[in-house]
Amino acid sequence: MTSLPETTEKKLGLVIDLDICVGCQACATSCKEWNTGGYSAPLSDHDPYGADPSGAWLNRIHSYEVGEGQGAKTVHFPRSCLHCETPDCVTVCPTGASYKRAEDGIVLVNPDTCIGCKLCSWACPYGAREYDYDDGVMKKCTLCVDRIYNETIPEVDRVPACVKACPTGARSFGDLGDPNSDVSQHVSERGGYGLFEEFGYKPVNRYLPPRAPAPVETAPMTQQSEQVPAPDGSLAERLFAWADQAFSR
Amino acid sequence: MHPAYSVIVFTTASGAGYGLLFWLSLAHAIGAMPNIPWLSFVALTLALILITVGLISSTLHLGHPERAIGAFSQWRTSWLSREGVAAVATYVPAGLLGLIWLFGVETSLTIPLALLAAIGAIVTVYCTGMIYASLRTIRQWNLDLVWANYLSLAAATGAVLFGVLLALFGEAPTWVAMVALAATAAAAALKIYYWQTIDSDYGQYTTAMATGLGHLGTVRPLDPPHTRPNFVMREMGYTVARKHAEKLRTIVLVCLFGAPAFLMLLFLWSGLAAPLLYVLAAIMATTGVLVERWLFFAEADHVVTLYYGAQRA
Repeated sequence: MTSLPETTEKKLGLVIDLDICVGCQACATSCKEWNTGGYSAPLSDHDPYGADPSGAWLNRIHSYEVGEGQGAKTVHFPRSCLHCETPDCVTVCPTGASYKRAEDGIVLVNPDTCIGCKLCSWACPYGAREYDYDDGVMKKCTLCVDRIYNETIPEVDRVPACVKACPTGARSFGDLGDPNSDVSQHVSERGGYGLFEEFGYKPVNRYLPPRAPAPVETAPMTQQSEQVPAPDGSLAERLFAWADQAFSR
Repeated sequence: MHPAYSVIVFTTASGAGYGLLFWLSLAHAIGAMPNIPWLSFVALTLALILITVGLISSTLHLGHPERAIGAFSQWRTSWLSREGVAAVATYVPAGLLGLIWLFGVETSLTIPLALLAAIGAIVTVYCTGMIYASLRTIRQWNLDLVWANYLSLAAATGAVLFGVLLALFGEAPTWVAMVALAATAAAAALKIYYWQTIDSDYGQYTTAMATGLGHLGTVRPLDPPHTRPNFVMREMGYTVARKHAEKLRTIVLVCLFGAPAFLMLLFLWSGLAAPLLYVLAAIMATTGVLVERWLFFAEADHVVTLYYGAQRA
């Protein structure tokens, strides 16, 4: 049913620390690896080793340059479904294939009833939905719903593949609806924010902002060390000029 | 936004079909249809063919057209679903009218059926417009003017087709030319107002908002997340060069509005060569409305482009 649940018991989501993400793409590749082999049909690629590769990925890592001058920095910026509380990607769906779960707030696409009209991808401001041309249905982050509740894998692995893969610990997963959860505590300590809140879909995922850079101590620049002295016509200079000419013959 | 040909054909063909259905039904309901055998039936058939071709075309861009029946289920929230329901519902009075006219049954039922078909035509085209007008991600679409454009263009193209049919059956009443002229003028005024509106709106959203990094300074793309355009960029990042858009707008103004209006005026002034003038007007309007619909998509900016380098959307 494409009507949104009025409330959800949990608000499962990701917390992404932009301060320590190094843009290594491990989360994106492990997401692709898990989701191409599990839930639903494979995430298809076209021309993967050719000149114009494309394919359905559920997690995309941008790198931005932010700020000016000495304060400028590179911010690596993972972008995936934010499992919004009031997203139009669910309500625009004509078949009810796009839905938000009342029990944990995860937004999913039912691959058996999706007709591939792509309207949900038009309604998403985050570009979180990618169409699978081979499967003919829309694909999106499932929050690894087939891992987090999966009793056939060790408990330590019951987190989304991207969280499991992150080498710097920039990604964590939990109930953002519970103010006492680890992720909620971490978000409030670090001033975490929702992406593009101005748009109004009430995203659940949280981003932790890059910390302010430590003040850089710069030694005062001295003339001797930094600048080539201007020619002054001294005896030594004339000697070197003569030697240069003599050796150049 | 990427202009998908199947959606352009769908919205223009079904728009003209519903416009024709509307004028035919209205003319019948008020007793203005000339009493010529087969005229009403042929006009209705043409309208239903255009509508059906459009609806079939719309399923061509689906990944799973065989599941399209499911699209009728979510009318409580989805304008696409509502459009499907309205389109199917409109077939009922239109189909009954067709049967009555085919078998030449004399009944007063045709008047309420015609009124229902006219209402169905309006509701369906309104739903088509609302599919786009309800998307807040695209500022050029999230406007009441969008459904007004869809309705007025359906009325204008349908009126010209209505005139073609009457003229081919040897009837060219002045009021039909007046209706076509008025509908074309109204559609032109609304479209020009639409262009002025979208040209004066540079977008309220910025990359700073989309990334939440504005407090650190300007945000500039450094490395893209993929080496070649992905689905999101191909579907949502399609843009048309400004100078091309201006030329295409001129083509729309000339073909869709100027030429049919001139031909209607020429007919009203001379009263001659109605079939030729109407067919010419229909050819020009068809060309114009296809370009107009292509531009409607190509000129639409999606907010997701903010993540890929657009400064405002």
